[in-house]
Amino acid sequence: MFSHLIEGLRQAGMPTSITEYLTLLGAMRAGVAEWSVDDFYYLSRATLVKDERHLDRFDRVFAQCFKGLETPEGVLPRELPEEWLRKLAEKLLTPEEMAKIEALGGFEALMQRLAELLAEQKERHQGGSKWIGTAGTSPFGAYGYNPEGVRIGQHESRHRRAVKVWDRRDFRDLDDTVEQGTRNLKLALRRLRRFARQGAATELDLPDTIRSTAKNAGSLDLKMVPERHNAVKVLLFLDVGGSMDDFVKLSEELFSAARSEFKHLEYFYFHNFPYERVWKNNRRRHDERLSTFEVIRKYGPDYKLIFVGDAAMSPYEITMPGGSVEHMNDEPGRVWLERLTSHYSRAAWLNPTPRNSWQHVRSIGMTSELMEGRMYPLTVNGIDEMARELSH
Amino acid sequence: MSASFRSTERYIASRDLEVAVNAAVTLQRPLLVKGEPGTGKTVLAYEVAQALGLELIEWHIKSTTKAQQGLYEYDAVSRLRDGQLGDPRVHDIANYIVRGKLWDAFEADKPVVVLIDEVDKADIEFPNDLLLELDRMRFFVYETRQTVIARHRPVVIITSNNEKELPDAFLRRCFFHYIRFPDRATMERIVQTHYPDLRRDLTREALNVFFQIRDVPGLKKKPSTAELLDWLKLLMVEDLPVDALRSNEKHLVVPPLYGALLKNEQDVHLFERLAFLARRGT
Repeated sequence: MFSHLIEGLRQAGMPTSITEYLTLLGAMRAGVAEWSVDDFYYLSRATLVKDERHLDRFDRVFAQCFKGLETPEGVLPRELPEEWLRKLAEKLLTPEEMAKIEALGGFEALMQRLAELLAEQKERHQGGSKWIGTAGTSPFGAYGYNPEGVRIGQHESRHRRAVKVWDRRDFRDLDDTVEQGTRNLKLALRRLRRFARQGAATELDLPDTIRSTAKNAGSLDLKMVPERHNAVKVLLFLDVGGSMDDFVKLSEELFSAARSEFKHLEYFYFHNFPYERVWKNNRRRHDERLSTFEVIRKYGPDYKLIFVGDAAMSPYEITMPGGSVEHMNDEPGRVWLERLTSHYSRAAWLNPTPRNSWQHVRSIGMTSELMEGRMYPLTVNGIDEMARELSH
Repeated sequence: MSASFRSTERYIASRDLEVAVNAAVTLQRPLLVKGEPGTGKTVLAYEVAQALGLELIEWHIKSTTKAQQGLYEYDAVSRLRDGQLGDPRVHDIANYIVRGKLWDAFEADKPVVVLIDEVDKADIEFPNDLLLELDRMRFFVYETRQTVIARHRPVVIITSNNEKELPDAFLRRCFFHYIRFPDRATMERIVQTHYPDLRRDLTREALNVFFQIRDVPGLKKKPSTAELLDWLKLLMVEDLPVDALRSNEKHLVVPPLYGALLKNEQDVHLFERLAFLARRGT
């Protein structure tokens, strides 16, 4: 019945499935929408949309699919005399009767019939089921009911006030066009998790309890251990500015996914390549700089080091002293990268550019070589690959 | 169920919310409610229970909550202790099965409303672990080899603050409603239902200030309905004159008792700075 709506939604990239469609039909049969187009809109929204980011897309598709419900443009071949259409009575039909009313089939057919009737009819008409007028069951006229009816001269719509509701597109702000949320990234990052027991002893240690109870000649001796926590430690180095501007969104997603997955997460920013200084607050990058040595001193080798950057730059920025685009560096970038990777043996580089374009950029190849090939694309699969590599 | 959910004197529900609730009740599927904090997600469950005349069973989720806890837990430690003391209860394992909230809901004589509050607080796999239980409304107790089947399918209302994304398979089985921030007219109705004796002019001025604050760009936490109601209550208790809220100039002023509206130090700073700039600009 509404399969074109489902098709439209799927074409718009919404993950609507047959399950939801069947639910919608079930709800319609149960009479939740109470024969009102407004309610039908609300009901189908509650059934088919599961994420507020999709609400706006839904509104657009809905408007498109049910465009025929609006007062169509260019339908009225001429102005109808006002007295024909003055409200006299409203004929209220039961749902059963409504179902019985036969639709004449197709919008085109209706329009054609309307034109014919208008040509035939010269007088005002009310009731009945053929002529144009009010309160009847003919497809033409107002205040009556026919499922495929065309409304003429009704001051306010009784059955289709809702068109305005979805045309308002109230949810535009919520559509951030992020097709994939952070859930997949989080699931990929989960591979990095390492559980360890830390803190207060709150959990029963069953094996130890049994052992010591047995030792105690059978009288109970409870042993407790601290709860298991995710103890993985991650240092995240994020490239900002310049060529990375295109990937800000992706990096932010990764960052927010990582932040909620790990308790020990430290992040630092750098520009193009890590040198002797990094910073934590990108807005104040010139006042609040941190020596890279300090980072190495403060965070032990048990941290996993993840760089995020496109590694696209001039090769001089990697190999030459003074090659940095931002400042005068005494030592070349590669020395700093080697210092970091030799301290943190579990290190990887995530690159937001697609893997097949890497071979065209020389600096990417050099960086990858310095990372001993541990460069992965910043995609769910890439993170998964990286997590596997780092979790040994 | 014949009773349907409508706005009450205490809770103003928009028409789309009413439809979503009624759809979930009629088709006996969970309703997932999202929205800004403080827009009445949790209160909705209370009101639905009230409107349908059903009992409400609340299950508040924390970061450590496991799906299993909602079904049942096996208290091995007390069984071990009873075994030590020679308590005869120890021979029946059923004595040590502690029922969870969902079990209570399934076994209730009458249909109930179950609120699963802040489902996104729990582990990312939590919703997946409840899929079958919420869909089929039954689960199996391994220890006693018994299957618990819901006598009446409860009305399940799930709230989420969007801290974590929920799995698709879970979403497919729910109806979804996003509680939008109410517009001014609705807000006036809400205020009216909560404080019927509040002076009209005070309401108007307070709402002016309130919506002005919400429009300030860059606030970390925009004040929402709950904050507005708290603030109005404070204003009433303090019995402030309307003039205190009214500013002759068009620009921002820091409102009295702003602590009820702005819950974040940075937001207060931001607001003060903007107010200062606005003053200087005139």
